[in-house]
Amino acid sequence: MDVRRNWQDLPDAEGRFGPYGGRFVAETLMPLVLDLERAYREAQADPAFAATMADFWTHYVGRPSPLYFAERLTDHFGGAKIYFKRDELNHTGAHKINNCLGQVLLALRMGKTRIIAETGAGQHGVATATVCARFGLPCVVFMGATDIERQKPNVFRMKLLGAEVRPVTSGAATLKDAMNEALRDWVTNVADTFYCIGTAAGPHPYPEMVREFQSVIGREARAQILEREGRLPDAVMACIGGGSNAIGLFHPFIQDEAVRLIGVEAAGHGIDERFEHSAALNGGRPGVLHGNRTYLLQNEDGQILEGHSISAGLDYPGVGPEHSYLHDIGRAQYLSAKDDEALEAFKLCARLEGILPALEPSHALARVGDVAREIGKGGLIIMNLCGRGDKDVFTVADALGVKL
Amino acid sequence: MSTRIASRFASLKRANRAALVAYVMASDPDQETCFEILKGLPAAGADVIELGFPFTDPMADGPSIQKAALRSLKAGGSLRNTLDLARRFRETDKDTPLILMGYANPIEQMGYDAFASNIKSAGADGAIVVDLPPEEDAPLRRAFAPHALSIIRLAAPTTNDKRLTKVLEGASGFLYYVSVAGVTGANAASAGDVRAAVERLQRATDLPIAVGFGVREPDAARAIARSADAVVVGSAFVDEIAAGPAAQAPERVLRKVALLSEAVRSARDAADVEGIRA
Repeated sequence: MDVRRNWQDLPDAEGRFGPYGGRFVAETLMPLVLDLERAYREAQADPAFAATMADFWTHYVGRPSPLYFAERLTDHFGGAKIYFKRDELNHTGAHKINNCLGQVLLALRMGKTRIIAETGAGQHGVATATVCARFGLPCVVFMGATDIERQKPNVFRMKLLGAEVRPVTSGAATLKDAMNEALRDWVTNVADTFYCIGTAAGPHPYPEMVREFQSVIGREARAQILEREGRLPDAVMACIGGGSNAIGLFHPFIQDEAVRLIGVEAAGHGIDERFEHSAALNGGRPGVLHGNRTYLLQNEDGQILEGHSISAGLDYPGVGPEHSYLHDIGRAQYLSAKDDEALEAFKLCARLEGILPALEPSHALARVGDVAREIGKGGLIIMNLCGRGDKDVFTVADALGVKL
Repeated sequence: MSTRIASRFASLKRANRAALVAYVMASDPDQETCFEILKGLPAAGADVIELGFPFTDPMADGPSIQKAALRSLKAGGSLRNTLDLARRFRETDKDTPLILMGYANPIEQMGYDAFASNIKSAGADGAIVVDLPPEEDAPLRRAFAPHALSIIRLAAPTTNDKRLTKVLEGASGFLYYVSVAGVTGANAASAGDVRAAVERLQRATDLPIAVGFGVREPDAARAIARSADAVVVGSAFVDEIAAGPAAQAPERVLRKVALLSEAVRSARDAADVEGIRA
């Protein structure tokens, strides 16, 4: 079933989810953004595009990803049954490749010959570099100098895949600055360059496009749980940075009103302490950044504040516009987890399930016990395990005071 | 719309010369030094002033203006302090058009209506909001209308004819032509490309055409001033602020403004034009 068509047709023609979203870009970029939308609509209407993508999903990415019953974790919490949607088993180790594949195939359709991307944790950079290598396209990844320092393994992976990693030193040298720099590159190389955005944010049509490419997660999960349990889950859960894995899981359940949609933001050192977190929905206000209106961490003058999270992938002062809308209308609920809670959840999952999760989904793991107990025995939860933790072992060792 | 902008361009047209539009960032390097610079701009040869208000994430700007924004923020720069500078400037000069330029988020936080009435009471004449394309600037248009403030729209090399119509609907004051696809302060466009673009725009509108992005040196300014109604220079002035001690920043900036102004003013002198043709 096509959920989007039945559910209020969001975004609207202007790319709005209620007051959020839109196309807040300089005039130089505006014609490109409109071109992109046209090309995306054509691709959407072309069965060959979907078929090519499905073929790569099956044989290159390894989809469908399993829906795994986390039995020992379920027993540990003593509440609802917890299933993991195992997108960490994808090629490159996270959900990011679902979207990269879609965008790079679109770039090829548009005749673009150069791909740029921004990255925080490096997962989107690695996934973009991977797909670019597969299709023989040059790839430039913008990455904050601070992030380069804390994500060395991924930087090396990108280089092995033939990408150029361009350090960004402006601002605080993290993900938001990498995104600024990628936009500046795009505006300078308008003719040949395709900007592959890694999360469900940015100017329209990116939030919708990324959601559609990531919705494979939710479509699979929905079919899998119906097959395994014969009914829909009581809740679906995912971590939220920009929110692409979450919107991908949520969207196919959005009109099943009995299914709770639960996002978990990064509370860093705590939302009470001044901006030592990355929880835009729980601790921010609506504003305009990176081409869309959405919840942002900002001061009274509208200056954007640096977030903090132990997880580089969640360390972004904004959130995708559709989450802002789902938050306002109350269709989704947004919780948060602090750095130390995510670390505990990381350790627990490793010991009980034999899975090293990435620090990003460790935030969702940190709240899944509360939700499982609240729903109680007989309930069902699907949590997106959207990335694997190999990239984080150095950060975790550091946080635990272990020298490797 | 703002009569100050219209009468300034009308008198320049009578004098057969282009305007120099000078951009400086508010509160850069600090509030008082910036005021000294602003105050001196008309005498140094600036015909129109663009006063930037700082934003942490200036995605259309190159390194010069990014750094200026960070200096401004460090010195306490904000949209409110920018309006304060505009008010103080207007007390010293009644005729020079003053336009605020920046990004949408500080305005969103102040509120569009409050922004409009604050601009008006400060004595500024309009605004350029880089990330509010025509598709997104309806709230600003609604807020500006009762105050007769100008919305300066941007056109770029990527703006095709169909889109240009949309850009011109609701545009006022002048049209700002971004002469290169890129960020501010990047490479300059060729004089030939600029002339062709200006002619295209002049066929589509009666608004004066100001050309900016990448204009740093007198030669480039002179070449553009032959066809365009105004030349916008920003990064070159802003760089002067960081080029030495803050105390002498006004002197350095105003010297550079005078240099560019001289080039713009002499651009259409007969001998000069002949020289270029030969």
